[in-house]
Amino acid sequence: MPDILNIQNLTCGYANSFHIRDIDIKISSGSFTGIIGPNGSGKTTLFKAISGVLKAKEGTLWLNGKNIANFSYKEKAKQIAVVSQSLSVDSVRVEDFVLMGRMPYHGRFSFFERKEDYEIAHRYMKLTGTYHLKNKLMTQLSGGEQQLVDIARALSQQPDLLLLDEPTSHLDIGHQVQILNLLQKLNNDLQLSILMIIHDLNLAGEYCDFLVMMSKGKIYIQGSPKEVLDYKHIENVYDTVVVTDTNPVSGKPIVLLVSDKVLKGK
Amino acid sequence: MSRNLKYSIIILFLLLFLLFSFIVSIIFGEVSFSLHDILDILKSGEGNLKYAILMKIRLPRIILGIAVGGSLSLSGAILQGIYRNPLVEPYTLGISGGAALAVSLVIVLGLQTFASALALPLAGFAGSIAVIFFVYVFSVQRANLQSNNMLLTGVMISFIASSLMMLLMAVASNESLRSIIFWTMGSLDEPNVLLIKVAFWASLSGLFFSYFFARDLNALRLGEEKAIHLGVNSTKAIRFLFIIASLLTGISVAVAGIIGFVGLIIPHIMRLFAGNDYRILLLSSFLGGAGFLVLSDTLARTIISPNELPVGVITGIVGGLAFMLILRKKYTI
Repeated sequence: MPDILNIQNLTCGYANSFHIRDIDIKISSGSFTGIIGPNGSGKTTLFKAISGVLKAKEGTLWLNGKNIANFSYKEKAKQIAVVSQSLSVDSVRVEDFVLMGRMPYHGRFSFFERKEDYEIAHRYMKLTGTYHLKNKLMTQLSGGEQQLVDIARALSQQPDLLLLDEPTSHLDIGHQVQILNLLQKLNNDLQLSILMIIHDLNLAGEYCDFLVMMSKGKIYIQGSPKEVLDYKHIENVYDTVVVTDTNPVSGKPIVLLVSDKVLKGK
Repeated sequence: MSRNLKYSIIILFLLLFLLFSFIVSIIFGEVSFSLHDILDILKSGEGNLKYAILMKIRLPRIILGIAVGGSLSLSGAILQGIYRNPLVEPYTLGISGGAALAVSLVIVLGLQTFASALALPLAGFAGSIAVIFFVYVFSVQRANLQSNNMLLTGVMISFIASSLMMLLMAVASNESLRSIIFWTMGSLDEPNVLLIKVAFWASLSGLFFSYFFARDLNALRLGEEKAIHLGVNSTKAIRFLFIIASLLTGISVAVAGIIGFVGLIIPHIMRLFAGNDYRILLLSSFLGGAGFLVLSDTLARTIISPNELPVGVITGIVGGLAFMLILRKKYTI
């Protein structure tokens, strides 16, 4: 498989403060990659470098074999779509919100959505199960519904690579699994490459086929979930005691926590 | 109802509102005409006193009202968009403060006698440009995706300018003080046709250029970062929009002084009726602001005729009350 994203020797960050350094990652086309690591390890900074919010200080990012620095904002938005952690919206209709995903395909003076834009938006609203909400206001939706609508908006950009920053963080387990199953389906059916920041190591192990573990602004280890979700790595990076095992049904790695009281009792 | 139909109806309604304001304003004044009179006067042509009242006094004033009302309201809508803050209005950034300070300085130093009618507008414009330049260099250019810094810089400049103005007023003679206060209250009474033309064409150009960024403003509703995700160069868009909005404000203040509330209230009323989509909001704010200021000005010069009230008194009271009523109705439905 060719690489959709190839990050070479990336250093990036904010002026005079936190930086991520020496990042080398290859994301192969059609993969479902998870980025894990403690708070403040640089996951979101990495995302900002990929989505173009932050400029790379050193190193190069290659998107589909082309240097990302040479992409215009619009060109990039046609290839990478981002679903952020939180959504702050004013009162906008769900359908109009999803149609915003068609923005990269419009020039400065193309004011009105084309028929094709509606078709694409409706297709992804149906795919994410949000079509029935189309005339509601975003502010009337639950957190889970907003997340699904935001995914429909991102898909309407028709990207090759979908970035998601903790798509399940505010959701109960039912909705978490609903979102991740949807992503898995998109990954399978549309060959959409997915790069996702996720805190829950069990979900990361269950759904992703490749994991990147970050610590203190650098990559600690990357590889298959089995390699990365080793108790030694997790204990080093998260500074906590864990037990790892295998999910008896899926055969994927699972990570269990042990409370201090129990540990001290042993 | 489809969105395009709804937008067309709103624009049509606002055009009718502007036409209504125009007609009311041309009819009523110290001397009132009927519509029939007006046609006769227009036919009789120049040389007639009534013709002069219509064409040399009322019409220029209406055109200036359209320019200033449209500019302030459009500028308010744009600034609320780039700062994502509903309380921002054209004067928040200190542009009016800078203009007022420069004008006060000219009055106190007695410089207006040198350049006659153009002195105060030129001083006002210079003051606005100085503040725009200052805010731009100290925050817009440096701040990468931090428009709150820009807002705070503007607010601080506003405070400094008003303090300096108080200082000037404290040392000013009675006559100068009166001139300063009169200027600050704002008025559409501008004898210089050139200035009116400049303000009018500037407002239309501002409306035209703002539409280059209508979609960008829509994306900016989600925040600067998400706008980038949607393919918008947020920093560039914010800079251009800032310049458009502040020039519109600067020109308005220079020609007409400080006329409050139009830039805050009209965009909000338009948001309530037309929604937050900037493709409709920019034009509707312009038309609404233009009609509203022309109508307010008519009230200001007829209520206690032959004397005139400052138009800011009308925009403040009528605009504020109307806005509260609309807001109440909107939320009780």
